[in-house]
Amino acid sequence: MDNKHMADEVKMSVKNLDLYYGQKQALKNINMDIHRNAITALIGPSGCGKSTFLKTLNRMNDLIDNVRITGQVTLDGEDIFDRNMDVTMLRKRVGMVFQQPNPFPMSVYDNIAYGPRVHGIKNKAKLDEIVEESLRGAAIWDEVKDNLKKSALRLSGGQQQRICIARALATKPEVILMDEPTSALDPISTTKIEDLMEELKRQYTVVVVTHNMQQAVRVSDYTAFFLVGDMVEYGETKELFTYPKDKRTEDYITGRFG
Amino acid sequence: MKRRKVIEQTAKTIFTICAAIAILAVASITFYLVAKGIPAAREVGIGKLLFTTSWRPTAEEPSYGIFFIILSSLVSTFASIIIGVPIGLCTAVFLSEIADRITRSVVSSAVELLAAIPSVIYGLIGMMVLSPLMYRLEKAIFAGNETHQFTGGANLLAAVIVLAIMILPTVISVSASSLQAVNDSLRYASLALGATKMQTIWKVVVPAAKSGLLTGVVLGVGRALGEAMAINMVAGGAVNIPLPFNSVRTLTTQIVSEMGYAEGLHRRVLFTVGLVLYIFIMIVNFILLKARRRELNE
Amino acid sequence: MSSTVKTKGRIADKLLMGLVLLSTSLSIILLLGIILFVFIKGASTVSLSFLTGVTSVLKGTVGIAGNILNTVLIIVITMIIATPIGIGSAIFLNEYAKKGVFVTVIEYATETLSGIPSIIFGLFGMMFFGNTLGLGYSLLTGGLTLILMVLPLITRNTQEALKSVPDSYRNGAVGLGSGKWHMIRTILIPSAMPGIITGVILAIGRIVGESAALLFTAGSAKGLPKAFSKIFEKIFQSGGTMTIQLYLSATSEGDFDTAFGIAVVLLVLVFVINFVTKWALRRRIN
Repeated sequence: MDNKHMADEVKMSVKNLDLYYGQKQALKNINMDIHRNAITALIGPSGCGKSTFLKTLNRMNDLIDNVRITGQVTLDGEDIFDRNMDVTMLRKRVGMVFQQPNPFPMSVYDNIAYGPRVHGIKNKAKLDEIVEESLRGAAIWDEVKDNLKKSALRLSGGQQQRICIARALATKPEVILMDEPTSALDPISTTKIEDLMEELKRQYTVVVVTHNMQQAVRVSDYTAFFLVGDMVEYGETKELFTYPKDKRTEDYITGRFG
Repeated sequence: MKRRKVIEQTAKTIFTICAAIAILAVASITFYLVAKGIPAAREVGIGKLLFTTSWRPTAEEPSYGIFFIILSSLVSTFASIIIGVPIGLCTAVFLSEIADRITRSVVSSAVELLAAIPSVIYGLIGMMVLSPLMYRLEKAIFAGNETHQFTGGANLLAAVIVLAIMILPTVISVSASSLQAVNDSLRYASLALGATKMQTIWKVVVPAAKSGLLTGVVLGVGRALGEAMAINMVAGGAVNIPLPFNSVRTLTTQIVSEMGYAEGLHRRVLFTVGLVLYIFIMIVNFILLKARRRELNE
Repeated sequence: MSSTVKTKGRIADKLLMGLVLLSTSLSIILLLGIILFVFIKGASTVSLSFLTGVTSVLKGTVGIAGNILNTVLIIVITMIIATPIGIGSAIFLNEYAKKGVFVTVIEYATETLSGIPSIIFGLFGMMFFGNTLGLGYSLLTGGLTLILMVLPLITRNTQEALKSVPDSYRNGAVGLGSGKWHMIRTILIPSAMPGIITGVILAIGRIVGESAALLFTAGSAKGLPKAFSKIFEKIFQSGGTMTIQLYLSATSEGDFDTAFGIAVVLLVLVFVINFVTKWALRRRIN
């Protein structure tokens, strides 16, 4: 893969994706290419399926009873629903950051080292290196470097969320999924996370769910607009917000509903 | 209006008295055990009582050493915890993390029924099932041994097995509810990092529930220390050093088996034995209180 | 192809899963084994004459009617006194008490009481009710002793039930001008009734299975009173419950048939009580 760093290369590709909760269809025929080293924002009113779609990308929906998925999602051309796909390896490659900061009730160090450890890294020096690298990557190294043994629960909400980002980075993922990562945070912490996302896209592919349209405009390169299970419109962020093609998109971004 | 005030006041007073009965009960139990137990301990000599091993209350020159008895209580409790807690924790993991709704209700009903079985029935089954087994083991292991006193199968090991089974329901139900109390977001976080379900359970869920799990262990300790009838039926009747195939007496069985006929100082020393047990239980209660408080703070 | 292809079988995971399943099946096997064993050994002993007769060497009969009656009498004595005290205590804690030293001490005492082993209750009952109050070995001594043991159960269950009564009920009643006592009598106690009943059933289950606290308080006599009118006198006499008789049959008397016969009766009883408790709890939730 010599063209790995080409900005517009497709990292993940979604084809004819349908998702049902029991009888209810929650995602309808989604088709979408997620670009490498870019930030893709998923927007839409609550209940539109954007979070459900995000959780499909690392198969977290598998954990919910009664979910049925048809269609195809590929990661670097590999079908993620293939029978030979090890879901733990998929999730190692496609990391996730949740809406509520959810650090484990253990030290900062153990939080970050958790992922590498479950994937078999035991060497202390190697772990030290990964922990520092990940914390630096999440722009929180300077704040916690003297207190790595401190419980992560003792940190502020914004710091906890960056710990969670660092924890996701520690498994060396290729894609990072973020589910409304700033909705539980104050404005200053939000700015820090947004700046961080800009940094992250140099190395990773980022997909972020947000209900904050300004955030989508500020940070993302591509935006997809979801409405009751449909992906109404998808395109470059600038384009979509300036010249929406669909009436419903226009209504949403001008604040007429949602 | 005045009559109503009198009624209100009377009601309040009566309720207060009801509530105070719990305090009164604990205070009088403590008082009686101390009042009966301490003088007898003084008479024998506290050091001699606690730290010598010869128990001959009906001999010409009686001696009252309860060191082996205390040791047997501690050893049987500790050993039953070592066996019972891992099994209980694994079962709790099944109930909380693995079972579907129907399996869970079947297993937890079974656990509740185990808890409801009276201890004399555990003792009875122990006598009929464990003792013959132990006797066969004993004959095989100590064949030709001159020093071993044969017990007919009533021994410490049988007591430990019965206790381990009896603490299971407590450990399971307390552990399962503390595992269930762990926030799902931690499970998701771990799975999203590529951990397997088992890794998630043992590396995240179990550590996150540790103070609740500790409560279960401490409750199990209390239960094992205080159990009397069942182990009296399987542990044999001799004061001995607590080795697996020795017949042993614990603090509780000592009281159960001798209180019926003891007289004079012997009888009063049995109250001292009760006091020693009570002190152990109070220590366990205190730890429990601390553990509960820690659980609430988390 | 790449690292996403399944790494074949994580041995540690499978091992742990095996332990979990093994442990869980142990509980089920134990329960089934105990039930099966007890019924196989004891079912043939249980008959109408076993349940309604009295053991007599002279007549050559075996029966546990006396023990059944003693068990019932102890339940009645204990619950008649423990239920009102437990409810009263819960009402005080939930409706009157303000956070303070007194409440902390009561709660600590209740907690302590529920952690005390039954043999200690037995010792205390023997000394206090038996010797100090002069009641000797009697059903009354046994019943009074068990009050202390079941009190926390009733208090705690009533308290839980009171906590779930919404404040609007209380405010509504007081707003209508009724006094607090009136409100408690007409609103709170009826609303908390399912919880109180659960506590009472649990307590009865505890008493049925209890042995160590009764051995040196209620004694071990197995006879029936000579006439129905003598039941009241029986209260002041020694009487062994079913568990005590089981213990004695299995140990000093060496009569395992009777022991297993009683075990069958006890198992049926505690299982029925368990199901009734569950049913009461489910009704409370609905």
